[in-house]
Amino acid sequence: MRPPIRDIAVVAFAQSDHLRTTDEMSEVEMLMPVLHEVLAATGLKTADIGFTCSGSSDYLAGRAFSFTMALDGVGAWPPISESHVEMDGAWALYEAWTKLLTGEADTALVYSYGKSSPGSVRDVLTRQLDPYYVAPLWPDAVALAALQAQSLIDAGETDESALAGVAARSRAAAADNPHAQLRGADVPHGDYVVNPLRTGDCPPIGDGAAAVILAAGDRARELCERPAWIRGIDHRIEAHSLGVRDLTDSPSTRLAAERAGVFERPVDTAELHAPFTSQEVVLRKALRLGEDVTVNPSGGALAANPMMAAGLIRIGEAAARIHRGESRRALGHATSGPCLQQNLVAVLEASEEASEGENR
Amino acid sequence: MTTAPQPEVLRAPLVVEFPFTRSLGPVQSAFLTGLRHRTVLGVRTTDGKTLVPPVEYDPVTADELRDLVEVADTGTVTTWAWNPEPRRGQPLDTPFAWILVKLDGADTALLHALAAPGPDAVHTGMRVRVRWAGERTGAITDIACFEPYDGGPGQTSPAPHTGTFDEDPVTGIVAEARLDYTYSPGGAQSRYINALADNRTVGERCPSCHKVYVPPRGACPTCGVATTDQVEVGPAGTVTTYCIVNVKAKNLDIELPYVYAHIALDGADLALHGRIAGIPYDQVRMGLRVEPVWTEGGRYPDHYRPTGEPDADYDTYKELI
Repeated sequence: MRPPIRDIAVVAFAQSDHLRTTDEMSEVEMLMPVLHEVLAATGLKTADIGFTCSGSSDYLAGRAFSFTMALDGVGAWPPISESHVEMDGAWALYEAWTKLLTGEADTALVYSYGKSSPGSVRDVLTRQLDPYYVAPLWPDAVALAALQAQSLIDAGETDESALAGVAARSRAAAADNPHAQLRGADVPHGDYVVNPLRTGDCPPIGDGAAAVILAAGDRARELCERPAWIRGIDHRIEAHSLGVRDLTDSPSTRLAAERAGVFERPVDTAELHAPFTSQEVVLRKALRLGEDVTVNPSGGALAANPMMAAGLIRIGEAAARIHRGESRRALGHATSGPCLQQNLVAVLEASEEASEGENR
Repeated sequence: MTTAPQPEVLRAPLVVEFPFTRSLGPVQSAFLTGLRHRTVLGVRTTDGKTLVPPVEYDPVTADELRDLVEVADTGTVTTWAWNPEPRRGQPLDTPFAWILVKLDGADTALLHALAAPGPDAVHTGMRVRVRWAGERTGAITDIACFEPYDGGPGQTSPAPHTGTFDEDPVTGIVAEARLDYTYSPGGAQSRYINALADNRTVGERCPSCHKVYVPPRGACPTCGVATTDQVEVGPAGTVTTYCIVNVKAKNLDIELPYVYAHIALDGADLALHGRIAGIPYDQVRMGLRVEPVWTEGGRYPDHYRPTGEPDADYDTYKELI
């Protein structure tokens, strides 16, 4: 792909601890510490930020325009330039990246949050389905993922023990992630929720928030010792009808990856938003990830899946590995909709100088 | 002023229901009318595929699709998932399989439920047929579910169909949605609600700009920091602005016209709203001093009435309008 017209980097990332319930906190009370943490990491104040964009969903809270309350945690004075997507924060990051590309801003604050605990997220997610032919049947998110898992098993691409292996590896990796909701090797694989998926194949349901700061060019170098440069981002969507799609594949992920430049050089790390074990199988194939790539060192969505934040967290975790010098070229992926319907892929890289330094 | 204590978590059921009325295009209308007549229609794409359920635009080429065809009510399972615990609204209330089923004559699959005794009785490639609902209204649920079927393929070459069935085509559906939540208001609002139970109104002060917010929501929207210090405000306050309501709201037992006002309680830096009574509606004015009137067991002031004090000077409340 053509290189972006401006260098833009993730310069800071923060996330909450992801918990099954956060009854004692409103959304803004849950979000605010994360906003303060990510601003403190750069020394920026809200008034210094050129553009703010957030992602969330009213259906999780059961209240209209719930994001406007969360905006109270940003501090919108003097007046700020702000936008919102009713999607995962990864898509808010895409909007912010575009805004920075135009040159209208040099820094952006991107945040997202979701509280699944007030409702039944399995039921809530049915409301994003086709209202004519599908939603009246109330197929829940696990049921649709299970149809995809069975397709993969029928095609010989995985089996239940391989899926259990994905679950175990993810939660073992999350043992080092203090924010994760399910972690450690002793998370049981459990009973069937919807066959062939067991509790262990499904993500935990929880509440959480995340935020990143983007900056362009020299501003990024001032704010961060090792900026995670965004070399490309793309997002693609597939036909909404499940019966039209080949559920064992994800052509939208592959195309987004191609347009984001993933296949130009190998990545060393991939943070994949695969809420179900079977979806990791699909994504690894679509992204052509070999065994030499570190996949979901954070534990991924199987360790913590706060709706609307889990995708942004994947990009944040990939960037944080570059900030810490643990990765030189990382992939961040976010998904939305049933059975990987929509997919966003970002490629993040360390500065050339930083990688030369490490080679010496 | 006290540091806000951590309140007991409040919880209440919150039910969100919205029966969206959705209109149908020509293809969806024909499909759902067809189901009412125990007929399954698909649509032909420009490259000769038959999509079931039918759509109005080709998912690959975006071509407009209008050529309807009739397909069989028998088909083959392309994938499945056993649902041991059916949930509210799902097609069957006993354990069943979710299936994607390719009807004979169709090139794509339909999502529905399969009635089967257990997961061992289901496999990819199995033959199934539609079990029609007894009462059909022109909805996807006119297919009650699928059931196992041991016959061979039915009509495999789709027959052209006009899409016309009777004088009363289905042109819309009501998409019922009900979601149940347990609402918890969080720390600041819980403290506010708990104080109201004692007929007190509390705000919270921003540690940065020192404004007192009523009701408090936990954050100062100007400074973006937590409001931490609890402050009791009122009980009296000043009308900062008002309007006269001449139209009765549904289920509201208040004599018209009445006055609805913004009231800055003493000590608060934000006006809240309430009804003004105990004074003729046309004598309410900006600057009027009012106090809350609580009813027995009320969880918030029923209304505000004049205190009898002289009106507040405009300069004392102009920032709060």
